[in-house]
Amino acid sequence: MARDGGVSCLLRSSEMMNVGIESPPLDLDEVHVLAVDDSLVDRIVIERLLRVTSCKVTAVDSGWRALEFLGLDNEKASAEFDRLKVDLIITDYCMPGMTGYELLKKIKESSNFREVPVVIMSSENVLTRIDRCLEEGAEDFLLKPVKLADVKRIRSHLSKDVKLSNGNKRKLPEDSDSVQTPLLPPPPPLTISTESSLDSSPPLSPVEMFSSPSPIDDEDDDVLLTSSPEEESPVRRQKMRSPGLD
Amino acid sequence: MDALVAQLQRQFRDYTVSLYQLGFLDDQFTELKKLQDDDSPEFVAEVLSLFFEDCVKLIGNMARALDQTGGSTVDFSLVGSSVHQLKGSSSSVGAKRVKGLCVTFKEYCEAQNYEGCVRCLQQVDIEYKTLKTKLQDMFNLEKQIIQAGGKVPQVSIN
Repeated sequence: MARDGGVSCLLRSSEMMNVGIESPPLDLDEVHVLAVDDSLVDRIVIERLLRVTSCKVTAVDSGWRALEFLGLDNEKASAEFDRLKVDLIITDYCMPGMTGYELLKKIKESSNFREVPVVIMSSENVLTRIDRCLEEGAEDFLLKPVKLADVKRIRSHLSKDVKLSNGNKRKLPEDSDSVQTPLLPPPPPLTISTESSLDSSPPLSPVEMFSSPSPIDDEDDDVLLTSSPEEESPVRRQKMRSPGLD
Repeated sequence: MDALVAQLQRQFRDYTVSLYQLGFLDDQFTELKKLQDDDSPEFVAEVLSLFFEDCVKLIGNMARALDQTGGSTVDFSLVGSSVHQLKGSSSSVGAKRVKGLCVTFKEYCEAQNYEGCVRCLQQVDIEYKTLKTKLQDMFNLEKQIIQAGGKVPQVSIN
């Protein structure tokens, strides 16, 4: 059922600012992207590129953080994490520790996330590298510096098969009236149980989970970037989606 | 008031165009401007500010890696890795000259050419500082336009 009475316009963040939406409840229509890049500048840019194209973004600074976020960093299968809604993973290739290629492999090896499209970014146009990534199952390969047109292209492919949400084993949440709650408290941990009516609780803003230092962290403090509190994370509906979904 | 705005806008336009023509900026900078809007009116300034902080950090790393005092040998791969990072971020913000210098710098690292590296280090240090000053002037012009009640014009680069 439509949460907002079936309004299916693609709201721009500028409009949403007036409504005061801070952290919207889980919105199936909203594309959630996990961006991975060790460069802070690049993380900021890719995050903005994605937000401008109506994606919710979680940005991490390493492959390890990405695996941690996805719950793939330990041997035991975490039942909670297969509820995580990730529609796209976009990662830099050249990163210290774990390359984007290695991350890609790990994602494709996982049962929960192998269906999630992975896009690789690289500053180097090396054909063998591109081939290797595509063979390993990468959806696309972007040459840096990444431009708006690149992200729009990726985005348009996504909306066509956005039903890949099924790959994340997610059920439709219950309807809720509390859509437009301004200034929601910091969201609960990553776990999103689909058994309970979920809409009233804020969605993934998992940055809070990773605020504690980790042994791998030899970077500066800006480990994670996600939609910052000052900027609204608006509820966005994709024009392409049928309102009848909910 | 309008005359002042018009004059400032003209100055801004000319200045911006010159930055592109002189090779300080390339079209990735234009891409960043596309991402700036009323929600994030300071986006470009913020990204560039982070970039300049990155420059300080990375150039510091390079300088330390190139330091031969005390008889230590230079680890060119260490220098190269910082150069690679700087090349990446300069490319992402459209800092064309800085990026170009990094390309040369990287080659010297690979060739393990110490003098070449030291020269590049000095040049890249000057270059990012020059760009920083120029962009500060550009952002100031923007502020003046807005303060005078005008809008910052879109500048198309041919």
